[in-house]
Amino acid sequence: MRHKAVMLTGNAAAAWGARLARAEYIPAYPITPQTEIIETLTKWIQEGEMDAKLVQLESEHSMLTAAGTASLTGVRVFTATSSQGLLYGFEMLYNIAGWRAPLVLVNVSRALAAPISLEPDHNDVLAARDSGFIQLHAETCQEVLDFILLAYRVAEDRRVMLPAIVNMDGFYLSFTREPVKIREQDLVDEFLPHYSAVNPFRASRHVAKGSAVVGGHIYSYFKYHMHEALRRAHDVFIEAARSFSRKFGELYHPVSGYMLDDAEYVLVMSNSFATLGKHVVKLMRQRGVPAGLLKISMIRPFPAEEIANSLKGRKAVAVFDQNISLGLGGIIYNEVLGALYGCPKRPEIVLSVIGGVGGKWLSVEEMEKIFDELKRLERSGITKPRPLFLFRRDELTHIERVLKLAGTIEVSHHE
Amino acid sequence: MSETRFKTLRDTPLEDYLTPGSPLCAGCGGQLGLRIFHKVLGRNVVFVNAAGCLTLMFVYPYAPLRSSWMYTAFASAPAGAQGIRDALDILLAKHRIEPDEDLKVVVVTGDGAAYDIGLQATSGAIQRGLDFYYFVYDNEAYGNTGFQWSSATPVGSSTTTTPSSRFSPAGSLAEKKDLFEIWRAHKPPYVATVSVAHAVDMMRKIERSMGMRGPKLFIALAPCPTGWGFDPSEAIRIAKLAVETGVWPLKEAINGETRHTYIPRALRPVEEYLKTQARFAHLFKPKKQQEIINMIQERVNEYWLRVAEAEGITIKLATEVK
Repeated sequence: MRHKAVMLTGNAAAAWGARLARAEYIPAYPITPQTEIIETLTKWIQEGEMDAKLVQLESEHSMLTAAGTASLTGVRVFTATSSQGLLYGFEMLYNIAGWRAPLVLVNVSRALAAPISLEPDHNDVLAARDSGFIQLHAETCQEVLDFILLAYRVAEDRRVMLPAIVNMDGFYLSFTREPVKIREQDLVDEFLPHYSAVNPFRASRHVAKGSAVVGGHIYSYFKYHMHEALRRAHDVFIEAARSFSRKFGELYHPVSGYMLDDAEYVLVMSNSFATLGKHVVKLMRQRGVPAGLLKISMIRPFPAEEIANSLKGRKAVAVFDQNISLGLGGIIYNEVLGALYGCPKRPEIVLSVIGGVGGKWLSVEEMEKIFDELKRLERSGITKPRPLFLFRRDELTHIERVLKLAGTIEVSHHE
Repeated sequence: MSETRFKTLRDTPLEDYLTPGSPLCAGCGGQLGLRIFHKVLGRNVVFVNAAGCLTLMFVYPYAPLRSSWMYTAFASAPAGAQGIRDALDILLAKHRIEPDEDLKVVVVTGDGAAYDIGLQATSGAIQRGLDFYYFVYDNEAYGNTGFQWSSATPVGSSTTTTPSSRFSPAGSLAEKKDLFEIWRAHKPPYVATVSVAHAVDMMRKIERSMGMRGPKLFIALAPCPTGWGFDPSEAIRIAKLAVETGVWPLKEAINGETRHTYIPRALRPVEEYLKTQARFAHLFKPKKQQEIINMIQERVNEYWLRVAEAEGITIKLATEVK
């Protein structure tokens, strides 16, 4: 490729994605750890390096509303938020999808209050999984940039016309510098044609958007249409990814394997901790364990068929969730189980692993524990394993120590 | 004041953008207000709506207005207006649309959205100087959901959540929020109260605001036959009584400077207005609640005495001031 990689944070990579996509309108609202994105875009606009209008609104709810209506009026819209902000604007996610406004929203994942925290997990972005947004989850800063370009291409395709979320982990990607290839503008322009809205607001042609429906059958009619459009986004993505690879080299897939071909023990992961997962898979291989990793990049539409095909015939599978649906368990685990049911030669052992919640660091030992557990389950013949919640003794000890320091007399646990 | 197209009711534009067959209630003050508003603004309008009665004008696939419509959400119609206005401006600046494709962006909501859940979004839009119109049809409660209390509900009104009861005979005792003053504090170029019974006053105000850039804000008292409890044929008479009793002052503020545009020669007693509506019926029977009626009257008197002093006018109050 023509350009060498430069060191960029995930936030800077996201800003570059918006800039290269020639986003024209950016409604914004600050929230940690997303703020650097809108600051970077502001700087470029102020210095004349980017031809766009950035408007700071008074909340994420308003920000998303303005983003949606501007997209319907015919400009390419980019916006970004995180965590509490995504939830504050949550009502509008469903609206934007229902309006068929193909904007791109970067979510910088951050755990949800209470307790309030700044560090990442995926309860924020996965709460939006049923909204009708396409969801692409990035493992690296390069993917952040590239997924934004792909997201626009897929979202604005007339077969889809739905908004997209590109997710990156707060801190682990947002504030971490990695080598990123800034794509060539002329090639991006070829890859991403001008956006043209469907029946935008114009004096010459009156339109009504977001109208009420009376009668469940009309509501159902719209929802079926949206569902079919979102499912089509899968094939449109494959098509777009091929075109992307012809221009830029990298070929992206909804799911991708790491040392997967002959793997018997497979770890399913997404987002930045997948890098850690790959490291541990490599370690396991060095020890002679036939380990592999399946990374899910596309969360919506959910690539169920590819997941089932990738996992069939394996001895044991662990699905890693950096989230917790309280009272149920891991969200992706349950979706993967759904994909496997009815699949011939499906793996008998599928272990749910929950870890990294609230940005909790994962040690190599904890990751190794997952493979130990898979082998143990295989030996014992247990096919309905209990979830494995990754939490270290020394972390509990630390909590006990700080509680003591803070003057708490007694520490009690409900095990 | 400058020349106006609107001297009498005969000057009302003949063009009508409201088609027959709107599903709203007969006698709806909100719809009438919107109709007048639209006549003056002309056809090149996009309305940005928040949840409320008027939302039900557009039930898929029907459209009773000859203009564009964007339903957003309860709390964020002004932000929806921001997105459309900004997008149109971007397209105009880049010559991607012709100037004659431009639209006036008009937020239209009820009092629930304007006074309560959408106040933050409105404050933001005004403060940012957004070039838009805001038309509130204020029927002083959440009418579309069956008439629950809102912060626009006046003292003495019963609503389904502030009923007159043994414990609270007066109904609502909370003061109506003064949205005009809240908006005026943002110093928009134009803010006005209007009444559907004073169409000429209303049309002149819209006309005056049309030359201004930035937020142009209107609060219309919207008589509500179902919520207030009166026969639909009475809507205009009741709207007129609200003005003649001084309950609903007609005023405007240009760049923050307030002026009353209609001064009743002699205010009529508020009782005449209250008696016309079921929402105030508990003030009269089974036992007349004279102290509440007096309280409402005193508030009106105090208001107009302040106006008389501030604007150097004389006004004849309905009752002696103690």
